[in-house]
Parts: sequence; structure tokens; C-alpha cells
Amino acid sequence: MQRSTLDLWVGIFVMAGIGALLVLAMKVGNMTGSGSGETYALSANFDNIGGLKPRAPVKSAGVVVGRVSGISFDNEKFNARVTMNIEKTYKFPKDTSASILTSGLLGEQYVGLEGGGDTVNLNTGDKIKQTQSAVVLEKLIGQFLYSKAAEGGDKK
Amino acid sequence: MAIHKGFSIRGIGARTIDSVLRLGYATRFIARTIMSSGTSLRRPRLVIRELYFTGVLSLIIILVSGLFVGMVLGYQGYYTLQTYGSESALGVLVALSLVRELGPVMAALLFASRAGSAMTAEIGLMKATEQLSAMEMMAVDPISRVVAPRFWAGVISMPLLAAMFSAMGVFGGYLVGVVQIGVDEGSFWSQMQSAVDFQKDIMNGVIKSIVFGFAVTWISLFEGYDAPPTAEGVSGATTRTVVTSSLAILALDFLLTAFMFGGV
Repeated sequence: MQRSTLDLWVGIFVMAGIGALLVLAMKVGNMTGSGSGETYALSANFDNIGGLKPRAPVKSAGVVVGRVSGISFDNEKFNARVTMNIEKTYKFPKDTSASILTSGLLGEQYVGLEGGGDTVNLNTGDKIKQTQSAVVLEKLIGQFLYSKAAEGGDKK
Repeated sequence: MAIHKGFSIRGIGARTIDSVLRLGYATRFIARTIMSSGTSLRRPRLVIRELYFTGVLSLIIILVSGLFVGMVLGYQGYYTLQTYGSESALGVLVALSLVRELGPVMAALLFASRAGSAMTAEIGLMKATEQLSAMEMMAVDPISRVVAPRFWAGVISMPLLAAMFSAMGVFGGYLVGVVQIGVDEGSFWSQMQSAVDFQKDIMNGVIKSIVFGFAVTWISLFEGYDAPPTAEGVSGATTRTVVTSSLAILALDFLLTAFMFGGV
């Protein structure tokens, strides 16, 4: 049995097909990082992350500065722990606050960072202390109803 | 079997009987093909040769069409989604429509017209020039030597081609959506990854393409094998292959979709 260029082409074809299946299976997935540039990791604890997903953008003043790298549940504090990779070129002071925001009414959720006035910058592995949870519509309506009821009580 | 065909009631009956007869013959044909595919297993070179003709030579048309379909999906999807301010869902739209429907169906339609018609013409001409009878005279079974390798090559190459079509389409959607229009790259991929399920979406697409591969190769091989041994007969058989295959693909797609996604 001799090998020929035909075998080579069929081999390439089968490999490309299986490769395409793999790409689909991973869903062109796990493309770590937002592309070029080195990053450093930060973490923050939120009471409620709403619909935040891994690889969601981290924005500051509307500029994408990094990506959410992982979301897990903190067994000691009973809240959500979000880790994110921030590009090395962007620096944030120690008293930066993080909040979970929504782009548009029905848009995706992202983490918004707002710098403070501290002179020392955040470093790899640091934790953002001030956080604000995602707005949950049901809770908002609940609060609204509660305050309305309280108003009605005052009038009497 | 020469039954008079015309626009009479007798003609309608004759056509009905004729088509049922052909269906029975086709079923016997595919059963015999599968039964006598031992030769293809013992001599995989036969299948590899056919894989080259059906698979490798269809690569260009599949990849280029996949890219263009994905790019069009990118434009159309963005145009509709941006009205609702949810253009970040573009990745989901492109990936799901390709993996579930367009990938298997478009790849199968292209496969039928590119490789299926060639198979019909080849076998039809082999029959017309009495090569098949010559093989039988030499005690070589034409079904196991000529038909079965082509059948398996078609069934193997179809899912691979469909997967390549889908992957290329997603890349096309990425090119238009992210690179050109500027949808956020992270949400494009992350929403796609969270929405596309491996079992439910990708595997169902693969199952669809295997079924289409089976149907298309069956129709093409049978039309070729059953073609009247004349120039006119072979050309008619080639046309019938493309028409019947396309109809079979779309009808089967409806059935499979109803079966896979129609349930509660």
C-alpha cells in the first residue's frame, strides 16, 4: 500500500472537519483575555450580581478596561465573588468602587469601576472594598410599593 | 415494465405504481449497499479515494459559502437587533441559526449539487458504457466495488463539511459584527458560549447532517444506478438527483426539527 498526495488531502480534510467540530464544541471558546496586552487580577464581593456573566466587560467611564474572569460564591460571606482581569496600562487607586450596571434597558450587564482619590494604586490580587450590587427589578418594585404604603400610613 | 402513461386515469395509476415500485427498488438497493460494504472496510483505500472526490473537492464551495452566509447573517442580525438595543446578542443569533439550521441544510444542498450530481453522472455513465456489466462478468460485484465506497464517503464527509460550514459562518459573523461594525467582542463570544448548548444544539446539528448525508448519497447513487443507459437518461437522472435531494433535505429538516425542538 503506497501513500499518495490523495491520502494527504483526505487527511487534511478529515482533520479540518474534526477541527471545525472542536471549534464549535468549545464555541470558539476560552479565548482568554480580550486579546493583546498583559493583565492584572482584581476581585470584589457583591451582594447580588444579577445577570453578570464571565467574560463580561469591565468599564470605567465607559471605556473597556478589562474582563470578568470568574464568578463564584463566597462560602464565608454568603455573597458573590467576582474576579476580573484589568489591562496593565490602566491604574486604579485603592479606594476605587465597583458596581454592576446594565447597558441600556435590556442590555448586558457589566462591572463599572469608579476611581477614588487615594494615592496608592491597586495591585494584583487586591480586593475592591466598596461595591454596589446589581439592580434587581423585583426588589426595586418591592421597595417602591413599601414606600408607597408607608406614605399612605403617614397621611392617616 | 412498459405501462402506458398519459393524462388519463390509467396514467395516474401507472405513475403511482411506478413510483411505489421505484421506492421499493431503491430500498432494496440501499439495503444491498449496506450489506455489501464489507469490501469498503477491508479496502479503506476505496473509501479514501471517494472521500477525496466528495469531501476534499467540495471544500472550497463549502468554506466560501459558509463565510458569505455568516457575513450576511452578521449584517442582517445587527440591523434587526440594534433596533432593540441588543446588538450584543448578535453572536447568539449567528451561532444558533448556523449550528441548528443553516449549517447542515446549506451544506447538504451544496453537497447535493456539487458531489451528488457528480456521483449520479459517474455511475450513470458507467452503466451506459456497460462498465458495470463488465465488472459483473469478471465476478466483481459493482455494488460493493463502486457503490458502497461512495456511499460511505458521502455519509462520512457530510457532517465534517457541515461543521466546517458552521465554523466558517461564525467566523464570517464575527468579521462583520465585531471587526467591521464594532459589536463588543467579549459579549459577542460570552453570550454565544452561554446560549449554545453542546448536546442540544451542536450534536443535533451533527445528527441532522448525518441524516442528510445518508439521504443525499442514497438518492444520487440510486439515480445513477437506475438511470436509463442513454445520454438523455443520464442527464435526466442528474437533474432528478439535485431536485429530489433538495426536496428530501428540506422535508427531512422539517421532520427532524419538529422532532428535536418541537417537543415541550
